[in-house]
Amino acid sequence: MEKHTAATIAFDEEREARFQRTLRAYPEKGAALLPALWLAQEQFGSLSDDVLAYVASRLECAPVKAFAVAEFYTMYKRERVGRFHLQLCRNLTCSLMGSEKLRAFIENAVGIQPGGRTPDGLFSLELVECLGSCGTAPVLRVNDTYFENITIERMKAILENCRKGTLPDPESL
Amino acid sequence: MKIISANFEKKDSHTLAVYEAGGGYAAARKALSMGGGAVVEEVKKSGLRGRGGAGFPAGVKWGFVPKGVDQPVYLCVNADEGEPGTFKDRHIMEKDPHRLIEGIIIASYAVGIHTAFIYVRGEYVFQIARTQRAVDEAYAKGYLGPDVMGSGFALDVVIHRGAGAYICGEETGLIESIEGKKGQPRPKPPFPAVVGLFRCPTVVNNVETISALPFIINEGAEKYASLGTPKSTGTMLFSVSGMVEKPGVYEQEFGVNFWEFLEKRAGGVKGGRALKAVVPGGSSSPILTADEARSATLDYESLAEKGSMLGSGAIIVYSEDVCLVRALAVITRFYAHESCGQCPPCREGTYWLHRIVKRIETGAGTMSDLDLILRVCGNMRGTTVCVLSDACAMPVESYVRKFRSEFEEHITRGGCRFPAETG
Ligand SMILES: Cc1cc2nc3c(=O)[nH]c(=O)nc-3n(C[C@H](O)[C@H](O)[C@H](O)COP(=O)(O)O)c2cc1C
Ligand code: SF4
Ligand code: FES
Repeated sequence: MEKHTAATIAFDEEREARFQRTLRAYPEKGAALLPALWLAQEQFGSLSDDVLAYVASRLECAPVKAFAVAEFYTMYKRERVGRFHLQLCRNLTCSLMGSEKLRAFIENAVGIQPGGRTPDGLFSLELVECLGSCGTAPVLRVNDTYFENITIERMKAILENCRKGTLPDPESL
Repeated sequence: MKIISANFEKKDSHTLAVYEAGGGYAAARKALSMGGGAVVEEVKKSGLRGRGGAGFPAGVKWGFVPKGVDQPVYLCVNADEGEPGTFKDRHIMEKDPHRLIEGIIIASYAVGIHTAFIYVRGEYVFQIARTQRAVDEAYAKGYLGPDVMGSGFALDVVIHRGAGAYICGEETGLIESIEGKKGQPRPKPPFPAVVGLFRCPTVVNNVETISALPFIINEGAEKYASLGTPKSTGTMLFSVSGMVEKPGVYEQEFGVNFWEFLEKRAGGVKGGRALKAVVPGGSSSPILTADEARSATLDYESLAEKGSMLGSGAIIVYSEDVCLVRALAVITRFYAHESCGQCPPCREGTYWLHRIVKRIETGAGTMSDLDLILRVCGNMRGTTVCVLSDACAMPVESYVRKFRSEFEEHITRGGCRFPAETG
C-alpha cells in the first residue's frame, strides 16, 4: 500500500458510501467516530496522525478527540500490523488450557515478541484478552478469523499456510 | 428445556426462512396487538432477570423510563460479551439472530423505542455480519423500518461495532462508546433509563435477556415463571469452560444442583481429576470451593447465599492441579489492563493487586502481602464510578480467603508446585 500524506488521504468510493450511510444511522455526527475509524483503518491499514486528522475533519471534531479514542481502544492500530496479525488469548481459560506454551512457540517460530512485527511485515503478534471463545480454548485470532482448540501442531499448520500467503480455513486444519 | 437455544441445532437456523418456519415473529405480531403497557406487565410477571451480569428484573428496569417525555428513547442491546469465561451471546448472534431481532421489536414496542443499537464487541466480525444480514432480511420483509408489520410502529436497528475495551460492556461505558467517545463510565445517578444515550432515556439489556422475550410473549409470563425457581425464573445459557470434559454452552432451567449440572451436561472434571474450585459467574464472581459447588443450586439466590453470584453464567472449572495463585495473577492482570483509569482506587488498586499477586506467584512474596491484598481490596469496594473496581476486588478477596494455604505455600516454597499447564 502506498504512503499517504494528509493532502492525499480520502475515503475511496466504497468507503465514502459506507461513511455516508453511517452518518445517517446516528442522530449526532460525533457518534460516527468509531465506525469512521474502522473504515479508515480498513482502507489505510493503520490510524496514523494524518489519517486521524482526516477522520476528525470529516466529523468536524477536534483531532485530539479522534486521537484519544484511537488510543483508548485496543483494536485500533496506530502502527501497521503484519499481513497476518496473530492475536493470542492470554485470559483465564486459555491460560489454563496451554496458551503460555503456544506463546513461547510462536515467539520462537516467528522470531518476535508480543507487540512486534517481523521485518518482512508478514507477521505481528499481540496477546489479547478473553476472545469470548473459552469453550474452545486455547484460541488464536488471525486478522478477523478465529482458530479454536489450538495445539502446537495446528499452530504450525497455520503459520505454514500464512508463510505461503494464505490464511487457512479453520475447518480445514 | 430449550428456549434461547431451541434453534441452535437446526440447519440454517440463522436465516429468516428457518426462523419463521419454526413459528418465528408470531410473538412480535402478538405484542404489537397487545399495547405497550400490557407487554411491560407481561415481562414483569415473567420474572425475567437481566443476563448481562447484575440480574436486574427486565420489566422493572423498563418501568423506570419516564412516560410522556418529549424525547426519543433508545434501546442498547449489550453484545459486548467481555466478561472472561462468557461465550454465549455469540452463539445467539451466530445461530439465531432473528430471535434477538424479534426480541428487540418486542422490547422497543413495549417501551416506545424507535431506534435500537446493538453494541457488539469488535472481535465478533462473523457474528456482526450474520446479525447484519438478519437485520437486512427483517427490513426487506417489513419487520423493521417505518411500519413494522403494518402496525404503524417505526423501528430502526443499528449495529455498532466496538473496538476492544472490556469496560464498554458496562452500560454507561457502552453509551459513551456509541456516542463516539472513550468508553469511560458515567457516575450514576442519573441512571440510563432517565439520562442515557444522547442524553435521552435509554434501556440497556443483554442479548440473552432480549432473546427470551419471544417465548414469554408467545407462551405467556406464567409459563415462563413456572420454570426455574420463584426468584430465578426460566432458563439461562451457561458457558462452561476450563477443566471439564465437555466445555460448551448449555441452556439450563434454574434450580438444579450446581455440581450435578456440571457432571451431567459437561461431563464432570476433565480426566477424572478431583475438583478444586469453580468460578460460577465469570471472572468477577467470587470463587466457590468444591464443597460449596456441590451444595449450591444453579440460581441467583443460592449463589448469593454462598457469597458469590450467577453473573453472566460463565462457569470455569478448576481441577486439583490448577494453580489458583497463577489464575489470580491472570485475573488481576486483566482488570489492571481494563481499568479505564478515571477513579484512583480502581486504577491504583488493580495495579497493586496484580503486582502483589504476581510477586507471590513467582515466589518473591511475603506473608504480610496477604493482609496487604485484603486491605487494598477493602479500599476498592464501593468507592468508584462503576463496579469494575469491585469486580476485581471480589474474586481476589475470595481466592485469598478461601485458599489462603495455597498462597502461603507459594510464599514459603518460593514458587509453585503445580504443573505449568493443566489443559
Ligand atoms: C465492567 C463491566 C463489564 C460488563 N460487561 C458486560 C457485557 O459484556 N455484557 C453485558 O451484557 N453486560 C455487561 N455488564 C453489565 C451491564 O453494565 C448491564 O448491567 C447489562 O448490560 C444490563 O443488561 P441486563 O439487565 O439485560 O443484564 C458489565 C458490567 C460491568 C461493570
Ligand atoms: S471503577 Fe475503574 S473502570 Fe470503573 S469508572 Fe472507575 S476507573 Fe473506570
Ligand atoms: S479465555 Fe481465551 S477466549 Fe476466553
